Amino acid sequence: MTTRRNGFTASQRLLHWSMVVCILAMIFIGVGMLTAITPKNLILIQIHKTLGIVGLALALIRLMLRLIYRAPPLPSDLPVLMRLAAESSQYVFYLLMLGMPLLGWGMLSASSHPVVLFSNVQLPPILPVNPHLYTVLQRAHDCLGFLFFALILAHAAALLFHKLVRNDGVFETMAPGLSRDESKR
Amino acid sequence: MQQPSESSRSLLTSIATITAVVGVAALAFAYTAGWFSPSRITPAKMLTALVGAKGPALGHRRNHARGICFTGVFDGNGNGAELSSARVFQPGEYPVVGRFNVAGSDPKIPDPMAQVRGFSARISTPDGQEWRIAAIDAPVFAAPTPQDFYAFLSASASKDPAAFKRYSSAHPEILTFIAWVKNHARTESWAEDRFNSLDSFVFINASGAKSVVRWSFLPAAKAVTLRPDELAALPPNFLEQDIVDRVAMEPQRWELVVTVANPGDPTADPTKAWPADRRTVDVGTLTVLEMEQEEDGPCRDINYDPSVLPSGMSTSDDPFPAARSAAYRFSYDRRMSEEAHYPRTGTRAEP
Repeated sequence: MTTRRNGFTASQRLLHWSMVVCILAMIFIGVGMLTAITPKNLILIQIHKTLGIVGLALALIRLMLRLIYRAPPLPSDLPVLMRLAAESSQYVFYLLMLGMPLLGWGMLSASSHPVVLFSNVQLPPILPVNPHLYTVLQRAHDCLGFLFFALILAHAAALLFHKLVRNDGVFETMAPGLSRDESKR
Repeated sequence: MQQPSESSRSLLTSIATITAVVGVAALAFAYTAGWFSPSRITPAKMLTALVGAKGPALGHRRNHARGICFTGVFDGNGNGAELSSARVFQPGEYPVVGRFNVAGSDPKIPDPMAQVRGFSARISTPDGQEWRIAAIDAPVFAAPTPQDFYAFLSASASKDPAAFKRYSSAHPEILTFIAWVKNHARTESWAEDRFNSLDSFVFINASGAKSVVRWSFLPAAKAVTLRPDELAALPPNFLEQDIVDRVAMEPQRWELVVTVANPGDPTADPTKAWPADRRTVDVGTLTVLEMEQEEDGPCRDINYDPSVLPSGMSTSDDPFPAARSAAYRFSYDRRMSEEAHYPRTGTRAEP
């Protein structure tokens, strides 16, 4: 296996696509739960918190895999601006994937609200109770949630652009399907 | 394939596809956020309706704004274990941080004018779990669903005099509630009031059996009621002064009594009382040991969200705890961000 890898590894793809599901679910629950007073809110909030912690664990594993396997190179003819956007957005995504769950956990701690996940798993507080701290964290969690969704839309648009307009193989590096990677070697 | 017209057509198709994918996702997001549902009752709308035209008192709870903190203990007697596996029903003593309050969005409302009195408690157990309770002295609630409650608030605030008539003819139970508010005999003390969960909850015991329950705190102090003229003559802070004096003299106690619904009882509707012969279980005693002014007290930064329940308890088909949770959180977010308007005075260390 000395040939250059053309795509992300199967484990990286699996993590990417399972996190797509987790993160989109969290974002939609998040924006819905802030504006509704219906009974299903309670279970949705518990799903949101549980997915957040699962997502945090997945993001840590993903970061480790990324440091080990790195990312496949971008096409050499990619315009500078697109290259810049592609590379910088990776950092922002990792910051959000790790930061959002910590902000959520932190804001609940700062408001002395218990963090209860599914099957009554309870997490300890990670910050002291403090109204000012709570407000800062809660607003950050809110605003970054919107930013996260906007970035995901931009990311999806960019991927489709790579696939449909440039057809430069970037989409295939992370395409779902675990065996494609092998076939390209 | 390489003809310019065809390739530009395929570029257009591609861009249209990308726009469609992103657009549909953005629309789904906007729909979920309620941007297309102006009639959706949001926590913000609910609180605006509750607070009324005067607007909120910054830094304070949006409703039940006037209150005072207490600390104490709950002594579980073990009898609750047949209904719920919650640690709080094992025999033992568990710390409580609570708050006596009166309804309304004005933290300076004179106590004699208070129409509804309330009581909140957070009971903590050694397993790290919490039971948060927000109860009031009314025997039943004003409206059967959060949507109806919102309609009631809107109708009451409406300039159209027929609006309330329309609501009350569709919801006669509101007249029962208003009659209670107007006519019930006021006691001279929070320590003499009975506080009711109103909402129903589900208790799950160690073998998994479920019961739908409501609960009440029954005062140990004998109720002494006031005539309207006696009440009106009392000072604006008489409730606060009274509870501080009483607790300084001796601890004040309430029995926590759980009422178990029979099959078919109206568990989803807090305007409907259950028949008086329903089984009750006395599960322990709540003792108030010390009072503290709210601004420097331990209850100020607690959200008494009734959906915070230990394992062994859950919400029922009663839609209010979820709605209260959403509204309380919104109120909490607002008042925490307004902390500068209601700061600690420094007589007690910051938590």
